[in-house]
Amino acid sequence: MSYSAGSHVTPVTEGKGEPSSMTTNAKSNSIRDAAAQSPEAYEDEHVHSVYESIAGHFSSTRYKPWPFIASFLRERVAAGSVGLDVGCGNGKYLGVREGGDVHMIGSDRSPSLVGIARGRGFDVAVADGLALPFRPGCADFVLCIAVIHHLSTRERRVDALRKLLACVRGDGQVLVYVWALEQSSSRRGWDVDSEQDQLVPWVMKANQNKKDKESGGNEGVDTTYERFYHLYREGELEDDMRAAGGRVLESGYERDNWWVIGGHSEKS
Amino acid sequence: MKVLSLNFLTCAVKTCKTQSDSYPLHPKDAELVQDDIELNEAFLINLLPRIDWKALSTTATELGFPALPSTPPTPEDLRADAKTLRDLHNLLLETQMVEGKLVCASCGHEYAVREGIANFLLPSHLV
Repeated sequence: MSYSAGSHVTPVTEGKGEPSSMTTNAKSNSIRDAAAQSPEAYEDEHVHSVYESIAGHFSSTRYKPWPFIASFLRERVAAGSVGLDVGCGNGKYLGVREGGDVHMIGSDRSPSLVGIARGRGFDVAVADGLALPFRPGCADFVLCIAVIHHLSTRERRVDALRKLLACVRGDGQVLVYVWALEQSSSRRGWDVDSEQDQLVPWVMKANQNKKDKESGGNEGVDTTYERFYHLYREGELEDDMRAAGGRVLESGYERDNWWVIGGHSEKS
Repeated sequence: MKVLSLNFLTCAVKTCKTQSDSYPLHPKDAELVQDDIELNEAFLINLLPRIDWKALSTTATELGFPALPSTPPTPEDLRADAKTLRDLHNLLLETQMVEGKLVCASCGHEYAVREGIANFLLPSHLV
């Protein structure tokens, strides 16, 4: 697959107001080393608790479906299908397919985001991507959008893909999006020479930080949270899909993200 | 969450995945609500092959619904029998479990359901 660095429109990936960050190699390696010591504890601090803290603000910046994912749901999913959205966040993909002819269930690690999705009337559960509560082979398709890149070791990223594949039936499809390393025209400016393991700041302006406002604690002060990301290189997501025992059916690049549609390998 | 969704949920504990009694999860102290949803015959007929009928029968009985027939209706049955279609629609799509617990018969773990949301995060000793 190739991507066109010249054709980007303004990315909708992130909220406004975050500083662009250039991280040195030394710092990034220390990120990887710190994560490797205890990936669970590291992700707890640099992923799970961050999303809990920023859920409301994060959700308010996440309303527009990625075009390819919307077309997948509207045009490629057969009526009567059952679909899962692992890492559903505020549920923005759970209602894209209109007409009530597909049943979708969302799950997310963040209770606050699941609560927002539930408030919109969707069927959702709180669950960890590495310990999913879905009956094996139950789904026609699984979405997993902007989730796997938050896992801090390759072993865990591949394991997550293995768990997604286990959810779909023999001819089922797993659509995965991850943030790309190659995004030189985005405001973050990362490219092939950048470090892949990064802590990416999320700045919550004081007036967005309702909790703090209510407690009166940090009123008037911006809060910066740092989320762990593993930025995927071209071809890496496909490699990981194959390492997970899956087959790459299709892959591509859309606005600073790599995507893959995986399925069970033919022999299984 | 809808009874339909319960049919697709199982225990999150790794060692339970290979235990047949980990599915379906068993509702406990379940509080149900009924929604009013437009019946879509084609959707129900398309859904049928995706549903584990035996598990649905267990869930229905445990939630206090009348016993389901031992085999799933065929598409022809559903097209011919308005009451069966209506009952199935009500059970699967209009009935939601909003409070209570979902219990795994294999490991005994109880997953809480609050305000319609089931929580499958595991305590560290079960991960």
